[in-house]
Amino acid sequence: MDNLAALTEEALGLVKNAQDLPALDHVRVEYLGKKGQITALLKGLGKLSAEERPAAGAKINEAKQQVQEQINVKKDALEQEAINAKLAEETLDVTLPGRDAELGGLHPVTRTLERIERIFAAVGYNVEQGPEIEDNYHNFDALNIPAHHPARAMHDTFYIDSNHVLRTHTSPVQVRTMESQEPPIYIICPGRVYRCDSDQTHTPMFHQVEGLAIDKSISFADLKGTIVQFLQAFFERDLEVRFRPSFFPFTEPSAEFDIQWESSKTGWLEVGGCGMVHPNVLRASGVDPEKYTGFAFGLGVERLAMLRYGVNDLRLFFENDVKFLKQFR
Amino acid sequence: MKFSESWLREWVNPEISTQQLVDQITMAGLEVDAVEPVAGQFTGVVVGEIIAAEQHPDADKLRVCTVAGDGDETKQVVCGAPNARVGIKIPFATVGAVLPPGDDGKAFKIKKAKLRGVESFGMLCAQTELQAGEDDSGLWELPLDAPVGSDLNDYLKLNDQCIEVDLTPNRSDCLCVKGIAREVGVLNRLDVAVPEIPAVQPTIDDTFSVSLEAGDACSRYLGRIVKNVDVSKPSPLWLQEKLRRGGVRSIDAIVDVTNYVLMELGQPMHAFDFDKLNGQIVVRMAENKEKLTLLNDQEVELNDDVMVIADQSGALAMAGIMGGEPSSVTSTTKDIFLEAAFFNPLAIANRARRFGLHTDSSHRFERGVDFDLAKQAMERATQLIIDITGGEPGPVVVAENEHLPKLAEVTLRKRRIESGLGFTLADDEVLEILTRLGLTQLSSDDDSWTFQVPSYRFDIQIEEDLLEEVARIYGYNNLPVTSMTIPAQFKRQTETQLPLSRVRSTLVARGYQEAICYSFVDEKSQSVIDPDIKPVPLQNPISADLSVMRTSLWAGLLGALKHNLNRQQTRAQLFETGLKFVSEDGSLEKLVQTPVIAGVIYGAKNTESWHGKSANFDFYDLKGDVEAMLALAGAESLEESQKIEFRPGKHSALHPGQTAEVLRGGKVIGILGSLHPQAQKALDFDRSVFVFELDQAALTEARVPEFESLSKHPEVRRDLAVVVDQSVTGADLERVVRSSAGEWLTELKIFDVYVGEGIDTQRKSVALGLTFQHPSSNLTDEQINASVDAVVKHLEVELNATLR
Repeated sequence: MDNLAALTEEALGLVKNAQDLPALDHVRVEYLGKKGQITALLKGLGKLSAEERPAAGAKINEAKQQVQEQINVKKDALEQEAINAKLAEETLDVTLPGRDAELGGLHPVTRTLERIERIFAAVGYNVEQGPEIEDNYHNFDALNIPAHHPARAMHDTFYIDSNHVLRTHTSPVQVRTMESQEPPIYIICPGRVYRCDSDQTHTPMFHQVEGLAIDKSISFADLKGTIVQFLQAFFERDLEVRFRPSFFPFTEPSAEFDIQWESSKTGWLEVGGCGMVHPNVLRASGVDPEKYTGFAFGLGVERLAMLRYGVNDLRLFFENDVKFLKQFR
Repeated sequence: MKFSESWLREWVNPEISTQQLVDQITMAGLEVDAVEPVAGQFTGVVVGEIIAAEQHPDADKLRVCTVAGDGDETKQVVCGAPNARVGIKIPFATVGAVLPPGDDGKAFKIKKAKLRGVESFGMLCAQTELQAGEDDSGLWELPLDAPVGSDLNDYLKLNDQCIEVDLTPNRSDCLCVKGIAREVGVLNRLDVAVPEIPAVQPTIDDTFSVSLEAGDACSRYLGRIVKNVDVSKPSPLWLQEKLRRGGVRSIDAIVDVTNYVLMELGQPMHAFDFDKLNGQIVVRMAENKEKLTLLNDQEVELNDDVMVIADQSGALAMAGIMGGEPSSVTSTTKDIFLEAAFFNPLAIANRARRFGLHTDSSHRFERGVDFDLAKQAMERATQLIIDITGGEPGPVVVAENEHLPKLAEVTLRKRRIESGLGFTLADDEVLEILTRLGLTQLSSDDDSWTFQVPSYRFDIQIEEDLLEEVARIYGYNNLPVTSMTIPAQFKRQTETQLPLSRVRSTLVARGYQEAICYSFVDEKSQSVIDPDIKPVPLQNPISADLSVMRTSLWAGLLGALKHNLNRQQTRAQLFETGLKFVSEDGSLEKLVQTPVIAGVIYGAKNTESWHGKSANFDFYDLKGDVEAMLALAGAESLEESQKIEFRPGKHSALHPGQTAEVLRGGKVIGILGSLHPQAQKALDFDRSVFVFELDQAALTEARVPEFESLSKHPEVRRDLAVVVDQSVTGADLERVVRSSAGEWLTELKIFDVYVGEGIDTQRKSVALGLTFQHPSSNLTDEQINASVDAVVKHLEVELNATLR
């Protein structure tokens, strides 16, 4: 009993110096365990008088408690240390690249087409498709371009045989739609088109989106509104659009439209053609021009993509160089 | 159509700048392509006269000229031009003059100089040195009445612009200064100063008869003899300059005048050497194989849909396209026969191109020439010719027939202006626009007007044409812009149709880059891929490597792969969507244009990284991509009639042991595999290339998901390892297991395939994982054991399998 203070002192010292959890546990067993040295003092209480016993017992328990508290504190500290050591050991270089991150991407033309389709679909247009080897009737005749017409020669057509061509525009899809559907018709026709022309600014294949709206009382003002709103939606800004009279056999009146573009020599860039559907075209496809009117327009997809993304060479679109393609993912 | 601004302003002269004029023309639908000064920028050049010319003492080719024009005294100028001779007037660049910059972009300054020891004070110029023409054969000889000493810019009125307009094919009326002037007049509400063209009184009676024998191809032909012309007389400078500024070279006075009338009024004309004509003029269709040597020395063999101007000896000219060489005007011509005719555009269209020709005349006749213009043009040309070359004109012979076009009449309903253009315009404005354009109001009532269309406007035939005219002149940009209302229509959202964009994004997520290749390909690489299919050829391909329509997307994709490998790429995953063009027998009747999606993979599975070296792509990588796309359409839960299956396939371009056909409901919908080593070699690839192609239609046909209730009872898994012959396929094992395991088998996985030590060399070990689950109760061991026993028994019997 006389050495309680010394034992306590000794135990606390060992707790303090314990290097790891087993050492700490060893101290606990040594001093507080069933056969521990401090525990043993409790057994010596019997030798004391009944008056002395409670006070001495309390003292021993106090000492036990004190040591136990310090063991707990030390245990928490050692556990924390162990976790810290484990965490330190598991630390990664998070700046190294991850695994299998390779992502592909859409072609810029597809990306552009999808944007155009979304813009028109959102206001109620349907997307229609058609064949690319077309007959003369759908590519020309039904569009008011008879065989002798100079416009037919202007098309730089690829011929398959005397009655078939690679479609020079997606207008035949409009014809096919008018043949099979009753107005009101609101469609766009995206797709590949072909012209026998190849130089720095022409590729023999390119993409168009043509649009057609046939309904009661559609006017040229509606056409202008549609074009202006589309272009502003596409370029995401309020750009200026101008309309110039032009000629297409399938529309009357006809126009070409330009957008204001800083880097252009004249300040304007042509982006497409449009017009009110020619009555002959309506009639050829079974639509009564006295009952319905409509407009049609055509947009060059590569042109729009070039302007939107700043691409400076049309031919890049068809070389499929991944260094080019990856820029549009 | 090219003309000079000053010529146009002779006809109509609005008080606006060149730029405003050009913008106005463009915005009226006559797109101005280019505006260029008619000559280079220069100063200090005057009209000089060579007073004396002596041989240079030390140089054979140089002459020492004494030139008047620079101040009061004559100057000594050394000149090398072959035509430097006394008496001619020439552009004289005096000391201090600045000539237009050459190719180096630097202006050329004239200084005092010494040439081979002789002093020279200035320079005598050719057209090219002033950038005022293309003649560099010698000094530019100015008219002899040019005032010596006057500034050349002032004298030649070189402060002028060449305007080039790119006309749409409907506006042939503007292929002349008169037509452009008419438009400018309407746009500015100005009257146009049309020159008076009085009839030339004949001084002789000689005529030459004309017979029209080509039906409606030629309904009007005017001819006139002019005798005793002096073709050695050059065209006056004003005429040469008007032609030059319109991009036409001066030839001789006769040709120049016909070109001038073409440019001024729009009437193509032709002049024959009258002495070479025999009997009479006959306008007829050519005979088959009839021959003619044209003005450009080209000998053509004609056929009976080409119209000719002939005499009794044969064809003289291709009507409306080009004259013949034998009857052409030459330096010895004394008498000429002038032609001005109207040819039906349908009789001219496409003929010139067939012979590789395109002339100012054919360009106009194809599009339509004013059928009432010939008389006026004939008088204009005659007067100019006799003014320049002298001569005695005969009377005009006119041959016409009943096919002459009638003037069109078109009615415009007033309400159509609002319904068609979306705005209203006062009646008098409409009338002002249309009458200034040359239409004549025939009648009107409260609701409409009826107009007669002038003979030069072939393009105005229906009401909409008049709407366009009104809108065009009023200004497209002045018309209102409306935001239209499209009726709300709720369309069925077809869930059974998968959007192609989802298939695309699946491949993109799996690392594929989309490519877009030409639909026409090289016939050779096409035949490596599909040797048994005859591709559809183009009649007029742009080049040999783009000459046939693709029968598969592989040719293009493999080309794209090659393109990238040639640019230091070592791996690639590419795909494309589009049509392939396949005909059973090469005929168009049997042609099917099928939308497909195709892909190619090559090289390492992953890009290079610190994670370790990546394995190369193999067949199962490709198949995984294909399966992922099929999974989008719900491949795993399709009903039996739509079931997706893979089976060994055959394709001439693919490795016979690494080719699979994809079937849906028993129908082949695609194929995948690695390139056949021979094809790989033929296409020059170093290592295996894996390709797939699938029908879009089959791939995007999806199903509406159908809910199945989830079982609350535990799953039980049993694994089996069986040894089977190597020829037994995974599909065989799956079929047998599924058909024999009973209805509680919910999942079957092949989780290992082993060949090697411990297994007969002809056999392989396959590990199967079977998962069982009952929807409403716990499965007992007995139940599962019964199923597994049945599976084992069937595997033994049907596939000669043994448990390992």
